Formats: sequence, C-alpha cells, structure tokens
Amino acid sequence: MNTSAEVILQAEKLCKVYSMGDIVVNALKEVDLTLHRGELLVLLGASGSGKSTLLNILGGLDVPSTGRLLYANKDLTQASDHELTLYRREHVGFVFQFYNLVSSLTARENVALVTDIALNPMKPEDALALVGLSSRIDHFPSQLSGGEQQRVAIARAIAKRPDILLCDEPTGALDAKTGKLVLSVLDQVNRETGTTTAIITHNAAIGALGDTVLRMSSGEIVERYHNATRASVDSVEW
Amino acid sequence: MLNAITMPPAPALTAWNGDAGMNALNRKLLRELWHLKSQMLSIALVVATGIMTVVTMRGSYESLVIAQQDYYQQTRFADVWVSLRRAPQTLRQQISNLPGVALADTRIGFMATLDLEGLDAPAIGRFISLPENARPVLNDIQLRRGRYIEPGAPDEVIISEKFAVARALRPGDSVRAIINGRARDLEIVGVAISPEHIYAMPPGSLMPEDSRYGILWMGERALGPAYDMEGAFNEAFVKLSPEADTLAVIDGLNTLLQPYGGFGAYTRRDQPSHMILQGELDQNRVMGTAIPAVFLGVAVFLLHLVLSRLISTQRGEIAVLKAFGYHNAEVGLHFLMFALGAVVVGIVLGAAGGAWLGRAYIGIYQQFFDLPGLQYAMNWQLVLIASMVSLLGACTGAMNAVMKAVRLPPAEAMRPEPPASFQPGLMERIGFAKFLPSAGRMILRNVERKALQSFMSSLGVAFSVAILVIGFFMFDGVRFLMDLQFREIQREDVSVNFHQHQSDRVMHELWRLPGVTRVEPFRNVPVRLSNGHLYRDSGIQGMQADGKLRRVVSSHVLTYPLPADGLVLSRMLAQRLEVNTGDWLHVQLLEGQRHQRQVQVTGVVDDFMGVTAYMDIQALHQLSGEQGLISGAYLSVTQDERSRLYQTLKNMPMVAGVASPADMLASFDTQMAQNIFISVGFLVGFASVIAVGVIYNGARIALSERGRELASLRVMGFHRREVAILLLGEQALITLFAIPMGWVIGYSMAWLVVQGMATDMFRIPYVLNPQTWLYSALITVAAALASGIAVRRRLDHFDLISVLKTRE
Repeated sequence: MNTSAEVILQAEKLCKVYSMGDIVVNALKEVDLTLHRGELLVLLGASGSGKSTLLNILGGLDVPSTGRLLYANKDLTQASDHELTLYRREHVGFVFQFYNLVSSLTARENVALVTDIALNPMKPEDALALVGLSSRIDHFPSQLSGGEQQRVAIARAIAKRPDILLCDEPTGALDAKTGKLVLSVLDQVNRETGTTTAIITHNAAIGALGDTVLRMSSGEIVERYHNATRASVDSVEW
Repeated sequence: MLNAITMPPAPALTAWNGDAGMNALNRKLLRELWHLKSQMLSIALVVATGIMTVVTMRGSYESLVIAQQDYYQQTRFADVWVSLRRAPQTLRQQISNLPGVALADTRIGFMATLDLEGLDAPAIGRFISLPENARPVLNDIQLRRGRYIEPGAPDEVIISEKFAVARALRPGDSVRAIINGRARDLEIVGVAISPEHIYAMPPGSLMPEDSRYGILWMGERALGPAYDMEGAFNEAFVKLSPEADTLAVIDGLNTLLQPYGGFGAYTRRDQPSHMILQGELDQNRVMGTAIPAVFLGVAVFLLHLVLSRLISTQRGEIAVLKAFGYHNAEVGLHFLMFALGAVVVGIVLGAAGGAWLGRAYIGIYQQFFDLPGLQYAMNWQLVLIASMVSLLGACTGAMNAVMKAVRLPPAEAMRPEPPASFQPGLMERIGFAKFLPSAGRMILRNVERKALQSFMSSLGVAFSVAILVIGFFMFDGVRFLMDLQFREIQREDVSVNFHQHQSDRVMHELWRLPGVTRVEPFRNVPVRLSNGHLYRDSGIQGMQADGKLRRVVSSHVLTYPLPADGLVLSRMLAQRLEVNTGDWLHVQLLEGQRHQRQVQVTGVVDDFMGVTAYMDIQALHQLSGEQGLISGAYLSVTQDERSRLYQTLKNMPMVAGVASPADMLASFDTQMAQNIFISVGFLVGFASVIAVGVIYNGARIALSERGRELASLRVMGFHRREVAILLLGEQALITLFAIPMGWVIGYSMAWLVVQGMATDMFRIPYVLNPQTWLYSALITVAAALASGIAVRRRLDHFDLISVLKTRE
C-alpha cells in the first residue's frame, strides 16, 4: 500500500467515555489513526476492545469525548448534527453485523433507501449485481439467507459510491463459507472501485486481507502493521 | 467531493435518482402501516370516536337550532302570551295599538275530555279556535294532510299529527269529545302541526303522551258558542316590533286585560313547548360542547400516549436511517406519517360515522319534537376543527417520541437500549417482594420502573370507566327522578283537573264516584312572586298539609311537611328570587280579586321538577280571599273500579282533564326502553374503543419491546400461559388501577353534568346506583380482556428462533 496516497481520514487522540447504567466505561483511550484513499484497513480486537466505538466515531455515528477527527481537513468533532448527517449521507457507507435491513422493504428497496438521498448513486440493481444478488432483488429480508442479507447491506452501503466504507463485524453473524463470500465482495469492491474500506472483526485471520492491520485491546491500539501484499480471500482459513 | 472518487468506468453503473412514483421510504411507510394495521385501526377508532361525538352532538344541536328558527319564522310564532277569562273581540284592536306590538292575535282555547275508542281513561283534547275565513295571524298551523276547515261547518276539526299517528286517525275519521258536558262527534278534515306544540305535554304531565293528548283546532264560530265565547276570546298573543321593550308590552297587556281576568302575560321563554325545546337546546349546547371536548381530549391524549410508545420501539430503525444520512426532519416526518395515517383514517371514519349517528340522534328528537324542517345537516367546519385538533394531538404525541429518538447519536440509538436500570423499589423495601412469585415480581417491577407511563395508561383506561359512569349515571338520575316523582310525590291513582275553580262541595260528588277511596283537593293560583326588582311568574300549588296522595318530598326522599302558613319554594325558585327561609316575598295573585300580599318563605325544598311554590291549601284560601275553591283533586281508586270511574269522569262537564301517574310512568318507561339500548350501545362502544386503544396497543408495544426477553423465557421452558401472564399481567394491573380512578373521574364529571344541566324544567339528581359502578368496571375489564386475548394469540404464534436471531 502506498502510504503516500492522500490522507482521507485522520484521528488524533480520540477518547470516548460513556456510562452504561451505573458503570462508567472508558471505551477509547487516546487513539491515533490515519486512513488513506483506497486503503483497506482491518481492525482486530476482542469484543469490548473498543473497535466498534472507534468505527462509530469514524462514521459520524457518534462523537468522541475528547480528541480530533479530520475528514478532508475538516474537524468532524466540531461538526453540527446537520454537518454530520451530510457527512454520512454523502461520504460514508455502513455495513452492520446484524445487517439492519428494513424488514418491510425488498432488497432493491433497501438499497433505494440510500440511493434516494445520495448525490450520484448507482442504480440499486447495479449495486446488487456487484454483490452477486441480481436474482434476489425483489425478495424481502425474511426470504434471504444471512449471507444474502449481508450482501444486500453491502450493496446498500456501496450504492451511493461512498468515500469510506465502514464494516462492523460483517461476517460476525455468518458461517465461515458465507463469511468468505461476503469478504470477497468487500475485497472486490475495494479493488474495483477504490473505496477506502475499514473492516472491524474479532477474527485475526481476516487481518491478512488488509493493507493495514490494527489490533485493539481495552480501548487502545496495541499493535499496528502493514501487509506488503494482501492475501486472497481463498487463502484465508478460520 | 464524492465525484473526485476514482471509479473504474463501468457502463452499467449509471446514476439512479429513484423511482419517480414512490421512494423507498414511502414504500416502507405504507407496508409498515399495513403491518401495524390493527394497532393503527385501534388508534384511528379512538380519533373517530372523538370526531364522531363532535359531528353528532354539535351538529345535531345546530340542526335543531336552525329547524327551530325556520319554523318559528314561517309560522309567525308569538313573542308574548296571555290567557284571560273572557274579553270581547273589540279589545284586539287595542292590543294591536299597544306600543311595541307589531302583530296581535286572539283566540279561544279550552281543554276537554275525549272519548276515544280502545282507551278506558279519558284522553285530553286541547281545543283551539281558528279564524274561518283566513289563517291565524300568529302561531299558524302547518297542514300535513287533509284540508283547512270550511267556514260555517259546525263539527269540522283539524288534529295534531302526533296524536293522529298515535291513534291511527285520518281525515274522514271522527273523534268524540265531551265539550262543556255535551258529547259531540267531530269530523277530522285535516292533520296539522303547530309551533306552540312542538313538545306537546298534557297538563300535569312531564312528557308527551301522544296517545292520550291531542290538539284539536276548530272554527271559532263552532267553538265559541260551546263555551259561551261568541264574539269573545280568552287567549291573546303578540309579535313584538324590533325595538319593543318587552317588559313595557307585558305591563301594557296586563293593565289592559286585568278587567277581563288576565292571568299575567309571559314571554316566549315561559311558553311550555318552547321552554322544553329551549331547555333541551341549552342542555344540548352544554353537552354538545362538553362531551365532544372530553372525547376529543381523551382521543388526543391516547394518540399521544400510544404513538410515543409505538415510535419508541422504532428507535433502531431511526438510527439506521440516520446512519445512512437521512436528516432529522426527514426521519421525523416519516414517523409523523404513522400518526397522520391513523388520524386521517380516524377522521374519515369519524365524519362518516358522525353523519350517520347525527341522523339517528336527530331521529330520537323527532320522536319527541314536532319540528317539520328538522334534519341533520353536516357541518364541515366542525369536521375541520375537530380534525385539526386530532392532528395536532397526534403530531405532538409522535413528535415527542421522534425528537427523543433523533436526538440520540445514531450509534447509541442502534445499540439495544441498555438494560433498564432496576433498583430495589417500594416492594423490596417493605419486604413484600419475597411473598410474590417471580412472575409477579417482574410485573410489579416493570410497572414500578415505568411508573409515569403506567399511570398515564391507567388514566387512559380510567376515561373509559368514567365515560360509562357518566352514561349510566344519566339513566340512574332520570330513573331516580321518575321513581321519586311517581312513587313518592304523586301517589294518587288519578288526578282530576276542572275547567274552572269549583266549590269544594264537589268533593262530596267525587267521593261518591265508583271505586274512590280517598279524595284530596288542590288549588293552583297563578301569581307573580317578587323580591325587590327580581320577579317570577309562577303558580302557587295549594295542597292539604296532611295529604297522603300528593306530598312535598325533598331530594333525600324525606317528606317535607307543609307549614300552616307561608310558602315553601323549590330551591331553584328561591335562588332565582334570591330569598331564603325566613325572607318575605311580595305575592301578586293573577286571578280573582288579585290581592297583593307579603308572604313569608317558610321553607326551601330540594326538588327536581319544575319551579314551584307550595302552600297549605287553607293558607292559600286565606291569601286569595276566596274560600272553598278548588282546581281539582287527587283520587285514590280501587283497581277494579277504575274503568267505571273513567267512564263517569268522561261525562262530567266540569272535568277538563284526567291524569294517571301510573300511565305516565308506563309511557316514560316505554320511551326510555327504546332509547336506552341505543344510548347504552354507543356508550359501551365508545368506552370499549378507548379501553382497547390503550390496552391492545400497550400489550402490542410491550410485546415488541420485550419480545426477546419473552422468547428467551419460552426457550428456557416457560409455558405459553406463563409468558402470557408476564406480558398481560402488566396490562391487567393497569386496568385494575384504572377502575377506581375512573370511578372518581366519572363521579366528578357527573357532578359537573348535574350543574350544567340544571334548568327550570328539571334537575338531574346526583344519584348513582351500585350497578353503575359494577357495569362500568365490568365493561372496561371485558374490553381489556378482549385486547389481551388478541395479543395472546399473537404471542402464541411467536417464532422463537427468529425473534432470538434478530437484534431488535
């Protein structure tokens, strides 16, 4: 990965403290991170390590307690709710562990939910074709398998041609075979469209797929390395 | 910035800006509205109920007012009325010449008994003269069938329509009347209605009795000689000119007619039919505003409650939409559309139902009131106002929840809500918890944790109970009133009214009539009671102080013994005149020698019917200076002789009318029975809509909020029944708590109804039967149970695995 590529997202000393009920949780402790255009970043860590919190902040779904987050030299930690909304609307695509598809809408309509409000979206059919679901576009989520649902979620995330694609445990709810299928779709989208992609997972084997790999534990980045070459999805086993 | 992304040229990937017809969000809305259709319908029904009461009650009120005004105008309904003994026709011109009088008319009017086929008891006919060569100047009749009387025809008569219908009489039939002691067969030539008999009550009765009371119009040349009224009149009325001073006209009439035995002029306000109609309209205005306001208020409250909970369950979806970059306003509008969807359906149902019910409601009025132009007219402005209020209520309710959801950062909203923080509550502190099974503890803790929400739900259900309490209370009150009136006050079997005062020697004659076991005389004297500038035209009812057949009875069903001297006043009359026991009133008699005296108020009684001044009959004799005159008598009669007694009374010339409280009560019961089913039906319907609206939605929302928890219990081996108890136990608790609350609200609102509906005609007693408490609770519980069963069926069909798999 060419680290001289344009910096698209930069996090400096991000901290997040929140209270769940009566317990105060230090979810992030002074995390620094740089994301370059076209890069595929893998964030590893056990559950509770703070990786989802980090991803949520990167995606403008949450705000850090302290620290800075710069997107194209704009400080998102100072952004208003309206600006954060525009950031998500125009630049970020999300893939969630539990898909978060709207159950009352078909695959095509779920994708349309995003393309309806995007500036320069693909056609929903094209996005679904990219993830190999052309034959299932008029199915409702309840008629799709878990892997298919996650691919709809990926199609939904890429259809707006986002600058950054954020995937929170995209294979977490899937068996290994289906998980691989989903990963190969993400890998393909990253290679073909050059979309900057961050995948968070507790599955260390997936680290081989990334340009950059970060390992988190207890809200801190404890390990950081670059892969000289990205492994192919087929070669990864878990 | 997005365009700067390096994209490999892919011809298939063209920009797509959405379907022109409907975007995905709207599609989601429609599908989910359909999915939640039973919840949406139950909310819509609550709105519909609110709109319906507005459209029905307020709309009926306006229709009645319009019909009344039109009818009065068409028939030239008089403004001031006066009765007198006898005055020559020449006096009419002098009445016309009084300042402030625009039009004047005179006529002859009498009561006579009718001998009707198939009716033992003598019926009463009110005979009114008609000019033979023209129509009446004032108080014209409207012919419904047949024709006007021919000049000079001696025995032609036009009869009132309600009477004609009740007795199946048609033009061409004949009716036998005892006119001044002489039986005459009169030929019916027409059937008519009249503005002064819109509500036609026989004297001494409380409601129309169409089968034994009719109005009969005859030519004045035919009626005059029968009553020694040739070239004379005994009733006059005038229409005022726009600038007239009503009091001056009344004084002028009284002065003019005093030498001719004038009984005191009175305004339209005291004309019996108008008074009842106007009283009904006044009540209708109060109720037509109050009841819809309550219903609409409850509807808005429920919308608020249900929608805010419903939208709270959509927290996750709101977060996802926000994560995709939907603006708060777009998300807010989307969820607001749920509210609007339900409300719009409610408005349509409510307007349609209200129009239909309004017609039915007007139909009930048509049974009692003879208003020719009366028909229900839809008022769209009302629909609009009620709709706006509902929409506003729905929007604020929905907005509340939407705002709460959009204010959260999406990441937080997407996480399932943190486990609710349960703390040892009251139950634990008082050590009550350990006596409860775990299911009971879970239910109680849930209610305790969401205390405000549970209380509000309870309050919603309480309104259902309260509406039933008020509805049943009206029947209780009227029932109590009737029992009091006909079992405690009017204890005679038959009351007899004379044409003119008779000497009390007729008592002996009455004693000798068949089957009579007791006779008590009474005397009614028209008077003007004044206290300073306050005055009231009323009648003094003179009764035997130790009478057994007719007594003065207070609201506490205690006999109020008449003192030997002084007046006992209805509380309403005392209030109008601002006097109390011990004060003195100026009494001017409006008949006979027209004495004026100061009389002390020796008692004030809480009664419910009319405004009356009671006096010992001997004291009244003293006051009038006319000893031994009576207006009629109350009789006790053995049952088996009643038929013979009626036959004899029919042929007594002095008898103007005969009434039987038992017949009146029976007639009341028949009318009540017809209307009670309709009214109870609607009450139960409305109350159920409210109870179902709260309980069904509450349980459905709890099911979606706690689906995972309940499914986990099922996986762990809980039976369906046990899980259902957990879910529905909370609703049961809410319902149980609502019942006493509803009773209190209902009881308080009933008091307001008592105050709002108190008129000179009657006051509703503040009495509630034990059944009212019981039924109001039972009906609400039944509605809650039905809601519970519906949700239970849904719970039984729960797909456990899929519930556990999905996160929300």
